[in-house]
Formats: sequence, C-alpha cells, structure tokens
Amino acid sequence: MTTAETTPNRHEQSGIGRPLFRVEGLSKLFPVSRSLFRPPSAFVHAVDDVSFELFQGESFGLVGESGCGKTTIGKLLVKLLEPTRGRILFREGQGTPQDPGNGFTDIASAKGKGLKEFRRRAQMIFQDPYESMNPRRTIYDTVAEPLVVQGIGTAQERLERVERLLDLVGLSPASTMLFRYPHELSGGQRQRVAIARALVIEPAFVVADEPTSMLDVSFGATIMRLMSDLASQLGVSYLYITHDLAVARYMCQRVAVMYLGKIVEVAETEELLSNPLHPYTRALLSAVPSPEPGTQREAVNIIGDLSTAVNPAGRCRFYDRCPLAARQCAEEPHPPMEDHGGGHYVACYLA
Amino acid sequence: MRTQGVEGRELTEPILRVSGLTMRYGTRHGEVRAVEDVSFDLMPGEVLGLVGESGSGKTSVVLCLMRLLPDNARIAGGKVLFEGQDLLAMDAEEIRSYRWRRISMIFQAAMNSLNPVYRVGDQIMEAIETHAPGLPKDEARQRIGGLFELVGLDPGLTRRYPHEFSGGMRQRAVIAMSLACRPDLVIADEPTTALDVIVQDRILRRLKEIQRELTTSMVYITHDLAVVAEVTDRVGVMYAGKLVEAGSTYEVYNSPIHPYTKALLSVFPSIRGPKGELEILPGEPPNLIDPPGGCRFHPRCPYALEECRREEPPLVERDGHWAACWNPLPLAAGTGLPVGNPGPARDGGPGDGQE
Repeated sequence: MTTAETTPNRHEQSGIGRPLFRVEGLSKLFPVSRSLFRPPSAFVHAVDDVSFELFQGESFGLVGESGCGKTTIGKLLVKLLEPTRGRILFREGQGTPQDPGNGFTDIASAKGKGLKEFRRRAQMIFQDPYESMNPRRTIYDTVAEPLVVQGIGTAQERLERVERLLDLVGLSPASTMLFRYPHELSGGQRQRVAIARALVIEPAFVVADEPTSMLDVSFGATIMRLMSDLASQLGVSYLYITHDLAVARYMCQRVAVMYLGKIVEVAETEELLSNPLHPYTRALLSAVPSPEPGTQREAVNIIGDLSTAVNPAGRCRFYDRCPLAARQCAEEPHPPMEDHGGGHYVACYLA
Repeated sequence: MRTQGVEGRELTEPILRVSGLTMRYGTRHGEVRAVEDVSFDLMPGEVLGLVGESGSGKTSVVLCLMRLLPDNARIAGGKVLFEGQDLLAMDAEEIRSYRWRRISMIFQAAMNSLNPVYRVGDQIMEAIETHAPGLPKDEARQRIGGLFELVGLDPGLTRRYPHEFSGGMRQRAVIAMSLACRPDLVIADEPTTALDVIVQDRILRRLKEIQRELTTSMVYITHDLAVVAEVTDRVGVMYAGKLVEAGSTYEVYNSPIHPYTKALLSVFPSIRGPKGELEILPGEPPNLIDPPGGCRFHPRCPYALEECRREEPPLVERDGHWAACWNPLPLAAGTGLPVGNPGPARDGGPGDGQE
C-alpha cells in the first residue's frame, strides 16, 4: 500500500520541485563510415535537438521503440557518451554561488575533477543483469567498486555500507551474499545487486535502462516496487528508460515519448495515457495489447516501418508514417514543442 | 470479435490430446523435473495459450510435442496424441513426416533463424521441397507468393535476403514458412517477444486473421498475459513444470481459481483502466531438481494449508475450468463481466474477501 500512497504526493511535488537537469538542444550524431579514407558524409541522428527538464526526486520516463534514441539520451546524461551539440545542465547539490548559471554546471564540457565529482552523483542501471557484471568479481567487489573508485570510507566502512545496501535491496542476510559470484544468483537477484551498486554512493540521479525488461513479470513487479520505495526513501531521481508504457505508468510521474531521435510528447503519465495528443503516441498506446480478454482496441493506423535515422529530412520526423500528415508537415521543419497546458508538450502542427 | 471458448462448436475429437506428459533433463546436479504430469486437449481450429514464467516448462512442453528434445532430455511418461496417433511412440522417420507438413513451429526469436546467405523465398522453397516433395516448382513458387501476401509482405520480396528485411518482416517471413506446408497445427513459441509493440500488433492481428481463415489449430506459448488475452480461446497456466489452471481465457482471467494465476494477473501492469495497486509476488520459483513436496507453489502461496505441504493437488474440473489446488479461490459473482469491460477485473476478482 505504501507505494500507492506515496506516489501521488511525489507526483504533485514533481511539478514544483527544482530542476535537477536542464537539457538544452542536445544532439548526438554517429558517423556512418562509407570509406576508410574519406570523412563520413552520413550521420545517424540518434538524438536530435532534444530539450527537457528533470526535477529533483522525480522519476522521468523515456519511452519509444528500439532505435528511437532513448538509451543514447541515458548514456549522454551520465556521460558515457559525449554529446555532439547541446548543453546538459546539472544542479550540483544545493548550488554554490561561484557556479555559473544558478547552481548549474554543464556536464557536456565537464572534465577531470569536475567529471569525477559528477560521477559520484549520477549512476546507471543496465538492462541485462547477466551482461553488466564481471563474473570473476564477488558481489561485495561489484557493489563496493564505486566507493573504491571515489575513495570513500575505510575498508570497514565500505563493508558496512555494502551490507546495508544489500539489506535495503532485499538481499538479506547480506553476510551470506557478500562473497558469492554473479553466476550463483538469479536474474532478479542480480538486478538487485545492480541497484545496490548504483545506490551505494548515494547518487542524486540514476539512469535506469529497462531494468525489468529481462525479468519475468513477477520479478519485474518486485524490482519496480523496490525502485520506487528506494527513490522516496533516498530522494533519488530516475531517468527511467523503457519500451513498455505499462511499466512507465507505475514507475514514472512524467513521460516523454521519443520517435527517431526526437521527443514528440511530454506529459504527466496519467495525462499522457488518457489524453495522448501526438499521432505517434496514440498509435503506440493503441498497439499495446490488453490483459482483459475481450477488450476492443483501436486500430493502429500508422503506415510502414520505422524510417531511417540516417540524415533524416528536415520535415517532421513522423511525416512518412503519419495518418494525419498535411502539406504544412512536409513543407515546414520538424515542429517545435508546444505547451498544451498543465505541462503537456507536443511537437505536432496538427495536435 | 474474439470467440469465447469453444461454444457453438460441435462436439468433435480433439486434434491434440496431451495426457500425463512428464519430461526430465539430466544435469550434473541431478534430474530437472521440467514437465510433470501435464494434460490438455486442443480442439480443431482452437487457439490454446500456455502461459508461465521462465522455467515453468512451457517451452519444454512444446519441444515434446515436436519431439525436438535436446540430448539430455528424457520423456518419463505420458502420451501426445495427434489425431489419435501417439507422437511419442513414433520412430524418427514417422515423426519427420509429421513435422512441418502436419505440425509446424514458429520459434522464439525466429527472425534470427533465417540463413543470411540465401534468399528468403528460396528458404521457404527448401522447406516445401523437403517436407512436401513432388509439388511442381511453379506451384510451390506461387504458393510462396501467396504466403507472403497472407502474412502482409509484398510477394516481390521473395527474392530478397534476410538482411534486407526488418525484424518484423523477418518474423512475418518465418510465419509464412511455418504455413508453407499447410499444417493442421501450428505451435508458436513467443513469436513476437523480441518485437516492438507496433510491429507486434501487426503480426498478432495478421496471425489471428490467418488462423481464422485457415482454421489452423494453434498452441501459443508466451509469458505475456496481454498477448494471451488477445490471441487465445483457452489458456493453460504453468508453474514449476505443472499445469496449475486451465479453462477458457475469459473465465481464467476474470475468475482465476488458482492463487498463482491470481498473483500472476495482479503483478501484470496495464495501461488501460484505472491504475490499481501493482501487487508483488514474494519469493522465487523452486529449483526443479528438488521441488517442494505437496503443491509446488505452496512456499509462496498466501492461502497454503497443511494439506498443500503434504500432498500434490490433482487437476480438478468445475464447468470446463480446471485447477490443481487444495484451497481454490471461491468463484466470485464477478464471473459474468460484460465483454469489453475496461475495468480491471482483478480488483473485484475472487479472493479479495480473504485479504
């Protein structure tokens, strides 16, 4: 019951909370090499001029189909990738007077000490609990690694902290887990270890990239519950990446829908589900099968397959597949995000 | 409109009758009791779903049906009667004459099972030549074109290579291949699991149309309860190698009898209807080398009785709805929910009175 009661409160707070991240005009292009000796002429526009804010204590969802750029944004936000263009402004703690931009630092240009400091505040949980852990390192080694890298605590303090975290994620008694190896654990247990590793240095922000998609439904629900409980206990913000809108419904206060490197719609989760404005969001919602036998779903009326993200045309990215597409959509550039009230933003000329 | 169960159909012989199927895998640590005493019938033209989590034995069941068992697997008992013939008693030659021609299979991640160096059409041709020899090439080629149309692919694409297809197109090609010899029974094992929802939606819709058009019987394996709800007429729920509940999909979803089914339904998030509480199911499925005595679900079951620890519950029928449970959930008044009711049936479902 606790989650259901705490979620709406945090939901309301999210609107008035201070932004933790302010992302402005973020782009990431990957070159497509055609020849070894010529500079690349084509680029995959994985993330293309994306702007959004992520509030303190909020869980912000990024949803979309494979290849839409959601994981790239996640990696950019923890600086596992360098952006091609744009700014990623991150608020350091309470914000210090000597920092430019009202307590914000631009992560995109952070290096050296500043970057290490940022890494202490931002962590990532990966999709595949089988691939994201070194099989030769014990659970203790894995969870304690961020503490070692950051030089936090003595050996004894680290041990205590790792034990506390393992207890917190439900791997108890921790003393029996510490010196096991990943292959001795089930997928659900490994994902708990991954969560413990991400939270052990008490980050302000965690990118969770499909943390439940490799797990069975029953484990998935448990991990989702655990992550929301920990978020409210520790005040962590999540960037929650998922292809599953139902998961986003339970994990995220706000959701951004991505299509071919662009955010096409942002709204509070329930608002997005009940009142989708972008034709792509509508298609995505009606394509989700219903667990109620006999439910009649609306037909998915978009055309063709995912278009290419290599040097896309300047017009609306969704134009080729859009059931509503008008002349304006073909002639004008990709539509800007427009406010439809209540924090509901849509990039569509016809919405 | 989906059909509800099999009403309105004449009483006929089932096309597939599985009884007491028991299968083990030999491992270094002992025998894994992967499938234990599983029985079900499939009527002609019916779609039966087998749903369960990883390790519940659903894929092992279909491997038995196709007799595609790995070397360490052993069938320890039971019968698989396909039109009265026991597939488990056949020799290798006989079973080969059934595969693809009478019974075909769409595998999990089948889109990666196409050979990258052959044209897609040629690979389907090979399946036809191997399993239906004697069919003139022209006719076979025409049939392939027709199959492509059936699954919603342009027949001109038969001369393309797999890498020129997207994941969804490859999956459709594999479905076309499974239908190439006009089988009576198609076994689909998670055919859309690796695909995005929009592509999945297209394939599911197409699959349903084809199934209805050709009145193919189908066993549909998935862990996705929503897909089962949309595609199947009847469903069997598996847990730890046992079939714990079976019945019409509508009945089982709206009025589950087994506590595991109820738990599984309540941990499944949905985007429709009011946002209910997402329940959690504590614990983990048992190790099948040494499964718990009595009911295999009892260590995780909130309703477990002393009896459940001691003795394995038999699969018992009540009005076409089967369940293996010593302490079944009471049938609630909510059984007769109107079709298309958007409200989550699980909130008003049976068993709430016990919480």
